[in-house]
Amino acid sequence: MTLSHALQALTAVTNREVVKFVHQTGRLISALVRPTLWLLVFAAGFQNVFGVSIIPPYETYIRYEVYIVPGLIGMVLLFNGMQSSLAMVYDREMGIMRLLLTAPLPRWYLLLCKLLAGTLLSVLQAYAFLGVAVLFRVDIPWSGWFTVFPALILGGMMLGAAGLLLSVYVKQLENFAGTMNFVIFPMFFLSSALYPLWKLQESGAEIVYQVARFNPFTHVVELVRFALYGQFNGMSCAVVVGTLILFFALAAWGYDPQRGLVRQIKQAG
Amino acid sequence: MTDLAAPDTPLAIRGVIKRYGKLTALNGIDLTLEAGRFTALLGPNGAGKSTLFQLLSGLFVPDAGEIRVCGCALNEAPSRALAQLGIVFQQPTLDLDLTVEANLRFHARLHGMGRRTTTRIDAELDRVGLQAQRNTPCRALSGGNRRRVELARALLHEPSLLLMDEPTVGLDPASRELLVSYVHELCSDRDLAVLWATHLVDEAERAHHVVVLDQGEILTEGRPDSLVASSNAASLEGAFLNLTATTKEQTKA
Repeated sequence: MTLSHALQALTAVTNREVVKFVHQTGRLISALVRPTLWLLVFAAGFQNVFGVSIIPPYETYIRYEVYIVPGLIGMVLLFNGMQSSLAMVYDREMGIMRLLLTAPLPRWYLLLCKLLAGTLLSVLQAYAFLGVAVLFRVDIPWSGWFTVFPALILGGMMLGAAGLLLSVYVKQLENFAGTMNFVIFPMFFLSSALYPLWKLQESGAEIVYQVARFNPFTHVVELVRFALYGQFNGMSCAVVVGTLILFFALAAWGYDPQRGLVRQIKQAG
Repeated sequence: MTDLAAPDTPLAIRGVIKRYGKLTALNGIDLTLEAGRFTALLGPNGAGKSTLFQLLSGLFVPDAGEIRVCGCALNEAPSRALAQLGIVFQQPTLDLDLTVEANLRFHARLHGMGRRTTTRIDAELDRVGLQAQRNTPCRALSGGNRRRVELARALLHEPSLLLMDEPTVGLDPASRELLVSYVHELCSDRDLAVLWATHLVDEAERAHHVVVLDQGEILTEGRPDSLVASSNAASLEGAFLNLTATTKEQTKA
């Protein structure tokens, strides 16, 4: 594989994803409406229920909508990661996956192209939501727009890899919505997206607290939260990178012709 | 004896076995294709044609045996082997939301074609007569035209071997005839080796070489007229029916 060939393949996959995304205006709208509703409705309703004390990276008391913005950015990344895997299942049913997998490139690299293309869309949508949050006067430092970029890339890639892995085992499009609910909702609610983890511990929900601590999505949210304020959360970064490598390796293994995909193509075809 | 590793042998298969659990889908397949020759892989439904195509395109891995494309072993150097292959799958594989040109460009980039992409797209669209539909979304094309786009796409990177897995499924008789004739032309014009899987005997009658596959095994192969002569049948269809009926009887016994 030459560098030129690798870049052309990445361009091909990315270009296709972007063109399809641009044509699906509903996808962009729903990607923005969903977290915006949470920001406006949920934050307004629970402003007085969830008092947030001073916890890092914040240096003072903050309003609840400030607290949940990183969690909602995580939600954007999570939904798009799952959307990418839905696109993989769709491509498999439509036969386009065959075309991709018979390209003269290593299979792991083709999957990496899909992952990077999906991450690009995730990051763009996350920035669009950040813009919406600013429009609604949520106080986010301007420098955070730049410092959050690497965190969005890593978070987007990790959740995209989770989607890739999911697409190995979800055989049919019809099964996908249900599967997404089993992944998205536990991941989102059992995390620090909506409330600080110490609140869970304080309320005596020790098991939920422990699950949330080890939930990789919690670490995406915390990585983004710290990065928005120009700080680096080493533990969260290590968990996100480690999970990304693990999920991607498992997905590449699952797409090996001797394993998962073989069965799926046989069933589909 | 054919040299399997010879780069001028478009396809060499030796002892290929593929099993799904207890079912043996392919049992010891040996096959060699020559450049400029149209080979029809003729077999009834369930004979193992599609499984063989999945193995040749690297989507499946054989349990035993060796597949070489232009001398490159598919299991050792898959990228080099796949670069020599043009594939038209039985199932449509166009992105219907993209235009004809966007579909071709997608393929060209996956094959790293670089600067020659536009020239090659022009040439192939001219050849299949779809230059006017260049910017048409594939969803708006007829079934026959979609197949032509898929064929143009398969030939875009100038492969040495063209695999066509029951490509006429769903086409009307006129479109079917056009496609078969066109691929025959390609064979002679470009010295292209073609492996054309079908269960339709009339498509195999015009082939240079016919391979009859049934129940995962090659029953016989040769020129269509020699197959007819050796089976004492009046036509290739008769020969095919005799051969496959014998296999079924042997299986029952």
